[in-house]
Order: sequence, then structure tokens, then C-alpha cells
Amino acid sequence: MSKWNKNWFACMSVILIAAVALAGCSSPSGSPATSTPAKSINLNGAGATFPAPLYTKWFDEYNKLTGVKVNYQPIGSGGGISQITEGTVDFGATDGIMTEAELTKAESKSGPILHIPMTSGSVAVIYNLAGIGTGQLKLTGAVLADIYLKKIAKWNNPAIAALNPDLKLPDAAIAVVFRSDGSGTTYIFTNYLSKISQDFKSTIGNAKAVKWPGDIGGQGNAGVAGQVQQIPNSIGYVEMAYAEQNKLAWAKLKNAAGNFLEPSLQATTKAAEGVSLPDDMKIMLTNSSNPEAYPIVGFTWILVYVNQKDKDTGVALAKMLWWAIHDGQQYTEPLSYARLAESAVSKAETAILSINYQGQPLITR
Amino acid sequence: MTVKSNTASTVWARVGDKIFSRLTLFFSVLMAAILIALLIALGIDAWPAIQKFGLSFITSIEWDPVNEVFGALPAIYGTLLSSLIGLIIAVPISLGSAIFLSELAPDWMRRPCSFLIEMLAAIPSVIIGLWGLYVMVPFIRNPIEIWLGSNLGFLPLFSGPPFGVGFLSAGIILAIMVIPIITAISREAIVAVPVTQREAMLALGATRWEMITRAVLPYCRSGLMGGVILGLGRALGETMAVTMVIGNGYVLSPSLFSPGATIASKVASEFNEASGDLYIGSLIELALVLFAITLLVNIIARLLVWRTVSVRGTGE
Repeated sequence: MSKWNKNWFACMSVILIAAVALAGCSSPSGSPATSTPAKSINLNGAGATFPAPLYTKWFDEYNKLTGVKVNYQPIGSGGGISQITEGTVDFGATDGIMTEAELTKAESKSGPILHIPMTSGSVAVIYNLAGIGTGQLKLTGAVLADIYLKKIAKWNNPAIAALNPDLKLPDAAIAVVFRSDGSGTTYIFTNYLSKISQDFKSTIGNAKAVKWPGDIGGQGNAGVAGQVQQIPNSIGYVEMAYAEQNKLAWAKLKNAAGNFLEPSLQATTKAAEGVSLPDDMKIMLTNSSNPEAYPIVGFTWILVYVNQKDKDTGVALAKMLWWAIHDGQQYTEPLSYARLAESAVSKAETAILSINYQGQPLITR
Repeated sequence: MTVKSNTASTVWARVGDKIFSRLTLFFSVLMAAILIALLIALGIDAWPAIQKFGLSFITSIEWDPVNEVFGALPAIYGTLLSSLIGLIIAVPISLGSAIFLSELAPDWMRRPCSFLIEMLAAIPSVIIGLWGLYVMVPFIRNPIEIWLGSNLGFLPLFSGPPFGVGFLSAGIILAIMVIPIITAISREAIVAVPVTQREAMLALGATRWEMITRAVLPYCRSGLMGGVILGLGRALGETMAVTMVIGNGYVLSPSLFSPGATIASKVASEFNEASGDLYIGSLIELALVLFAITLLVNIIARLLVWRTVSVRGTGE
């Protein structure tokens, strides 16, 4: 074979490979979804990192069942909201309720948006006190708010001592650890403290990142837990699942009914039971009135548009969400997520049934 | 520049030259254009914050996402302070090891030792950060900070509770990260000093110490300076490792023990979950401020290098 021939051959094979690759790339996104069979439908989602392990499990199981492929990018709730606003994903995911400004921006483009609850999580208050094990320290929301406001500075403060007459609390400064990165965990935590304490609400407020008066910021659950484990006499807050897996000492908190509870999956689910949930599900479950509920609990939501732009994608999306709030719930507890309460499931059903394409509902009961 | 010639081969060569020069021109313009495009894009996204806060953005110590009031001063302070601590620790160590490796070390030590130091630069910063958080920070809290606090606690520099995380830890982490850069460049600079310089000095009856300090180091001063500047550049922009050990407080504190923040750590921490034009705009304006600081540092450094070069040029 001459050199020229060899080159020509190489050239042609490169072109051939490129052509095949191009064809392969363009088929899923390029061709209209209406003509493709259900098997090749892809759903794209992005958002909250907190439910990502559960979503990954769900979408894997759902793919085995139906062949529908769901890609989920855990880029953070803020990213999820902006991607669904821009319309670059089929669904977003968030641990916080969209603000009015965010809703206006998204809805002016593509119509009303739904918050559909998928699971709920709670925030554990963790501490590092010599000789005091997990579940031994009791705190109320008001005391916790004052600790995070730096108004209660020492562990032997009368307010803490009164709640824990049996414990020997040290005469030491409380090292307060907070989440430095914006997060749903901080959102739920500050939501709870804002509900309990007017002072906290007016000086710090409720957001994914707030202006803490002190002391140390940790990056992520691991950062907060790391600081609390290392620094004697410190207090911090992390997702319950994280605290459980890492065997961190957590506090019992007094709920609205006056009972002291440790965080648990059951106590998390209870937060949505016996309370009146609004139809749009935009509710923070913190400080639930249910006597068996842990007080720092929040939903995590999937965000979808009511008016779907593509029929087949819309059908696949609605079916997937329907599966998630029913059959999907069996995967929650093994992964340390709380099951949706029955009342929340029925509200979520109504929301999913309202998803439509040009006024026609996409799935029926 | 161009030499006229009629032979075919030189015509072809001229075409090649032209293509080559156009191509390289295109590349360099492209890079400059990317820089300018970057600035414009950042400027547009930061505009809501620039418009709202004006100059007070740089002087305010407030950072309150709930009430949407943003100021950069604690982050600017933290960036400069942690880099300064880093350089104070790194420069003597780097120069010392560079001198040892190039002038004093026995042959069998030279290669493995400098190889190991350069390997330090290859460790990803997130790994250095994890090591810092779990190994270095506890050691800095106890014994270092507790000892400093109880013996020198009257100085504002060493006041406050010893958390371990804070400016001091950030500075030490930065020192570890810039030492390999400064060492490698300084070593190259010292090795490049002509042997004749050394021989001349020794011939005058100088000791080894006098030879190094009077003949070698002054000769390669601009190279050493360049190494320090590259190190500083890395320190100013370092994000991940610093975020993990600086404690992420947002305060202006004279204490080295105080948790603080740098511009890069602030942006990295909050950008993911930031919402609203003003909040995102403020984070992007922070990035612009960091850009300006690095630019300024580079300009000052260039001027310094030119000065030392010209001082040497006119003869000492």
C-alpha cells in the first residue's frame, strides 16, 4: 500500500467515524420527541444536593423499570432554580421555596411552576461536650436561637442549665459552628429559629446563607461536623442523615407540643401529619404542631412547569413523578430519607395530575 | 525585515512565514480578547451591585444576604493578610532550601530532594485542604495557639479564643502551597549564576557565606523576585484549601486566631446557592476586585523587578 493510499484510508475512516458520532449525538436532542418511542426519552433535571443520593437511586430503579433515562445534576438548589427558569432542564429540585422574585422571573417566561414534595429531611443539632453523650443534652428553639445570636455565650448559662438539671455543664464559651456555603440545611435551620425567635428573625433572618455573628464557618456537612468534632465545647447543625452515619452526638429538641425529641425518620415524617398543608405545598414544616414531630424539618421539592412544551416529555415526567411519590417511597428509609406523609402524597398527586400539554392533562389517575 | 529574492523556495518560505506570523498574531489577539471578554462579562453581571453600592462595596464590612447589603472589606483584608502570612513563612524557607540545594547539598541529595519539593506543588489543593483541616488545624490549636495565647495573649495579634481554623492556619497552608514554586524558581535562578562569579569571589578570599550573599544572590535578584511573585499570585487566588481552614468568619480582626474569609473562599462558598441579581452581582464584583488586586500586585512586582535590574545594570 502506498503512503498516499494509507493517508487517504485514514482520512476516510476519520470522516466516517465523525459522521457516525455526529448522527449519534443529534438523534436524542435533534429529532422531535413526538416521533421517538418511549424507550429513548431522556429527562434532565438539576438542583439540590441534599436529595441527590435518593434521586440517583430512584432514577436508576426507574430506568430499569421503564427504560426512561433521567439525568440528574446535583448542582445546588440555586442552580436548579435558575436552570428551570432558563428552561434548560425538564425539572429543577430545591430544598427551599422559590422567592417571589424567582417565581415572577420563571413564570413570566413559561407559566405557573409547581413545587412537588419528594421526601423530607431534618437538621440535627450536634455538639462536643466532654462526658455528655448523644441525646443527653436538651435544648429549646429559644435557647438555640440565643446561642446562634451569641446572646448565650457559655454552656453553664442558667437557660441551658434549667433544661438540663442532671448534666454537669462546663463553665466554657460555646464555640458556634455554622455552614459557610449556601445550603438548604441553613435555610431550614434559620427558618425554624426565625419562627421561634422574633429577635433571630429581625437580626439574622431566613435564607440559604445568612450573616452569622460567630464563630466558625464549616464548608458543607463534613466541614461543620469536622469543626464540631475537633473543637471542645462547640455546637453546630448538620443534616440528620449525616449526623447519624458519622455517629455525632445530637441534642434533643423541644417541639411545639412541649416534648423533647431526638431527630429520627419517623419524627421527620410526623412533621407533615396532622398539619394543614396548603395546595401549592409551599410550606416549611419547621416547628410542626404534631406532638411526635421533630421541630427542624423541611420538604425537598421537584420543580416543574404546569404547561409542558412537549407532550411526550411531559408524559414521561408526570409518570416519573407519580412513581416517585408512590413506589419510589420504599427507597427513602434505607437511604436515611423520611417517607412522605399520606397527606403530602395526596396533595402531590393533585399537583402532578394538573401537569398538562396545551390544556390536556398528561396522565390520569 | 523582508529580503527580496526570486527563487521559488524563498517565495514559498515567505508564504510560510506569513501564515506563521498571522497564526501567532491570531493566537495572541485571541488570548487578549478572551481576557477582555472575561472582564466585560464579569462587569455586566456585577453591574447591579456596582450600581447599588458604588465605592462603599470596597469599604463596607457588611455581608448580609437576607437584607441584600454587601461589602468586600473583610474579604479583601483576609486575602491580603493570609497571603502575607504565607509569604512571611514561605520566603525564608524557600530561599534557604534553594540555596542549600544549589550551592551546598551533596550531589546524591540534590535531585531527590528537589524532586520531592516539586512534588509538593503537584498535590491538588483539595487534598492539602483536607490534610490541613484534619491534621494541621488540631495541631495549630493545641499546642501552638494555646501556647501563643497564654504567653503572648496580650498582643492583639494573638488574642481571642484558639479555634485552630483562622488566618494563621490559612497562612500556613498557603506557605506550604507556595514553597515549592518559590523554591523551584529560586533554585533555577541561582544555578544560572555563572561559575565565574563564584570563582572570582572565592579568589578574593571570600568565605562560602560571603560568596553566596555578595556574589550569587545579588546577581540573580530579579529571578528570586520573580519566584516570590509567582508564589504570591498563587496565594492570592488559592481557593479550596483556604476555604477549608480559614474558618469562614466575615470580620475585620487583628487577631491571627480569628476565623476569616478570602475573596476566593467567599465566592466559592456562596456562589452555588446564591439567588437574586444583587447577591450574584456582589459575588461577581468580589471576583472583579480579586482580579484588580492580582493585577495591581503584578504591576508593583514588575516595577520592583525592573528597578532591581536597572540598579544592577548601572553597577553597584
